[in-house]
Amino acid sequence: MRATILGLALLLSACASPPASPVDPLYRDLGERPGITRIVEGMLLNVAGDPRIVAHFRNVNIDLLRDHLVDKLSCDAGGPCHYTGDDMPEAHKGQNISRSEFNALVENLIQSMDAQQVPVPTQNRLLARLAKQRGEIIGK
Amino acid sequence: MKPITRLFFCSMALTLTVPAIASDGRLLATGGASSIEGSAGGGITPWAVLSGYGEEGEWGATAFATRVDLPDYRLDVAGMAVSYGNRIELSYARQRFDLGSLVHKLNLPENSLSQDVVGLKVRLFGDLIYDRLPQVSAGVQYKRQKDFLIPTVVGAKRDEDVDAYLTASRLFMGAAFGYNLVVNGGLRYSRANELGLLGFGGDRRDKRSVLKEGSVAVLFNPRWALGVEYREKPDNLSFAGESDWADLFVGYFPNKHVSFVLAYARLGEIATLDKQNGTYLSVQGSF
Repeated sequence: MRATILGLALLLSACASPPASPVDPLYRDLGERPGITRIVEGMLLNVAGDPRIVAHFRNVNIDLLRDHLVDKLSCDAGGPCHYTGDDMPEAHKGQNISRSEFNALVENLIQSMDAQQVPVPTQNRLLARLAKQRGEIIGK
Repeated sequence: MKPITRLFFCSMALTLTVPAIASDGRLLATGGASSIEGSAGGGITPWAVLSGYGEEGEWGATAFATRVDLPDYRLDVAGMAVSYGNRIELSYARQRFDLGSLVHKLNLPENSLSQDVVGLKVRLFGDLIYDRLPQVSAGVQYKRQKDFLIPTVVGAKRDEDVDAYLTASRLFMGAAFGYNLVVNGGLRYSRANELGLLGFGGDRRDKRSVLKEGSVAVLFNPRWALGVEYREKPDNLSFAGESDWADLFVGYFPNKHVSFVLAYARLGEIATLDKQNGTYLSVQGSF
């Protein structure tokens, strides 16, 4: 169970690109690390209220999950980051995450960005980078 | 216990007591609206998307009502669609075309034309948002005209027929100045006169034509869309010209249960009366 949860926890958690220098404008537009932390915490609270996927997050260490997700999104946004976990396919092996569950998490992320008043074009830039990784996450 | 952890577990405790009911595995607005022939799409053209919000292993269903108010006519449509697994869609629509002022002007024997449309659509491959390939679907629409007297008089050859179409849809993330752009393009193989309301085939031409359809929409956020549509139409009857159709629409998807489309429709010449441009309003419920 813990492995499953950690896998889902790392759903957004593989670092695709090394820390960029100079810093990517997207990282800045998301409010750098404090902004990304607020987005991640908002998303996790939405997940906690989402009957479609909340059961996957039982018994998970939420603080650890939060830290992993902040690292992951910082990497994806092209900011300074330090992620040491498995790559996406490895992190999700054996979990058989469905397309619906993936979309549910995307909706929780969008809802959180809306609440943080992240402009839609900025949201779309982040979502476009995450959408490309769906194939490495679902059905593994 | 840290604040985020405490909040998370409080919310989770509440949520776990509520079972999931509706199948809503796809993202908001990705089921499109209901086109006037019942298939998921825009207003006047079907798109490659499937009705409702069902993903793999899930059902989706919609019901809709549409009214198009034109200077001399009115079109009312009601129908429904069910889809399974984001793969196959079955739809039904009943259309009633009110002939308005033309009834008195020409002393017509009937004051409306009605038709039933039963549609089947299959997603062949691809995905609207995620895969490398765009979503491509093929469909057929079986149509039966129910008041065939007027169509016969103006030269229509038959009161039932089948349209076939192939359509592709793709959402390009951030492609319109940072906003998402949805592009649809399709080909239809049909000899339906004014959708089939004036029958199928005619004195001028009785073969099916390959007709182009397409639309482009910008999503200002997941709930609001603004777009244009175009639909080429055949010209089978010699008594009157048949115009290609176009519209400019606003779509509003407040949640996964209801949506609204308001449009300005340019339908041109219909059954001898020109400049039939008016308003299109459609309401869809999703289950």
